[in-house]
Amino acid sequence: MYLGRVVGRVWSSAKNESLTGRPMLIVQPVTPEGKPSGRRLVCTDWAGAGSGDLIYWARAREASFPFLPDEVVTDATIVAIVDQVHLGGTD
Amino acid sequence: MILARVVGKVVATRKDPRLEGKTLLVLKPVSPEGKDESGYVVAVDTVSAGFRETVLAVAGSSARMAEGCKDRPIDTSVVAIVDTVSMDEESS
Repeated sequence: MYLGRVVGRVWSSAKNESLTGRPMLIVQPVTPEGKPSGRRLVCTDWAGAGSGDLIYWARAREASFPFLPDEVVTDATIVAIVDQVHLGGTD
Repeated sequence: MILARVVGKVVATRKDPRLEGKTLLVLKPVSPEGKDESGYVVAVDTVSAGFRETVLAVAGSSARMAEGCKDRPIDTSVVAIVDTVSMDEESS
């Protein structure tokens, strides 16, 4: 799973039926420090994320698992909204 | 999923029989602003996308979850035609 930030949204009417009613958000992958890293992608949203939210997303076939038993055709899904990221040890 | 633009079509006569009747599109990945990004990909069309349209493509084993792609040798499929992309102010 990877960290990312929600930076936009995609609208589509002609699409696979399983995507109906599922928000599709544009995510900018970020480092744990919050810096952009790599290409932006489109994720289906399971967590109810909004614009500007720090989130984490799952890729590949596993991205469709949160929607089970519905078989949603997706390879990237926002699975959580991040509250905080702690780096380093506890001391 | 990636944003991409349809830039061509692939025609193949000799192919796996499970690909018969499938339209193979050549996709050019694009940024949310519509600018070309590097690379190309060939994808199976499941939404009747047209030339120059912006689409969403799903890759990997998820691609076989698209309509009519089950148990076929497919690793990228076009699953949506994009109407609009809206970017948040601060990030653009």
